Amino acid sequence: MTVSPDLDRRFREAAATLGLVDVGFDIVDSPIGELLVAASDRGVASIWFDPDPARDLERLARIGGPRVLRSPRCVDAARRELDQYFAGARRSFDLPLDLRALPPFTLEVLDELARVPYGETTTYGALAQRVGRPRAARAVGTVMHHNRIPIVLPCHRVVGSSGDLTGYAGGLDRKVTLLELEGAR
Amino acid sequence: MMQAVAIPPFERFYEEHRSDVLRLLRRRLGADRADDAFQETFLRALYAYTRLEHGEHLRAWVLTIAQNVALDMLRRTRPTEELVEAPAADSRPAYAELADLTDGLGPKERAAVVLRYGYDLSYDQIASALGSTPDAARQATSTGVRRIRRRIAS
Repeated sequence: MTVSPDLDRRFREAAATLGLVDVGFDIVDSPIGELLVAASDRGVASIWFDPDPARDLERLARIGGPRVLRSPRCVDAARRELDQYFAGARRSFDLPLDLRALPPFTLEVLDELARVPYGETTTYGALAQRVGRPRAARAVGTVMHHNRIPIVLPCHRVVGSSGDLTGYAGGLDRKVTLLELEGAR
Repeated sequence: MMQAVAIPPFERFYEEHRSDVLRLLRRRLGADRADDAFQETFLRALYAYTRLEHGEHLRAWVLTIAQNVALDMLRRTRPTEELVEAPAADSRPAYAELADLTDGLGPKERAAVVLRYGYDLSYDQIASALGSTPDAARQATSTGVRRIRRRIAS
């Protein structure tokens, strides 16, 4: 017995409205491909490239709890700001973030990362310097690689000390596209 | 000790069982009211989901919630409506046949009889679905069956 799209939509709406969802997610279209965007009542919890429900649902449950539900309403704010960003109409994000369970060093690095301005780049070493751990460039690189809220936390603006792009969890093509969008290349 | 079955993310649980839940509710309530009951069933499941201790027998668990939602809705309406079954295009499944028979039973006995004879669940599974013990589940089932027999006989 097929559940009609309308009935399905109404249930998901009601669940979100009643605050019964630990982590709500939806797929958001973007110029760099589909993004799986997830948010809890604290804020945006993750943005992942190349959505794969078989893998992502468990990951979301580990972040916020077992009541993971696809719910467009839960990510409305994030979708709006991402759309504006990709349209070139937004240079910084006003979204609250859910950074639960991240270790202190990661939080410090992400906090500094968030200050790297639109259209500019910095290096792993410079970020390490700013959190008072000048020799921790590699550890900063690891934090970038595991950044679960890319784009909003702009790890694409972090490059190698010689200016090469180094790497990006979403693939170098995406890093280039984001930097070009921001006029940084 | 046996490894407990992990509780799946709700989305996966919902996708896996929503068709069965809707089917059951349509049989019990008809197509119109089944939609409201469907929403209510999964909202109740969401409320209770964080209290689950393991991921076993989730199908029985959610079908029991659906049964209870259907019972609540039937109680809120005229008693005679309780006898109205949705016309089924195909042959009625076992639990639909049981619906009329089990009408007079208490909720727990009814759920036990329906889960035992409609869904062919073991007493262990019924106990887990009803939050009781296998003995209590067996007891509730046999009490239910006895009542039905008495009523048919009278």
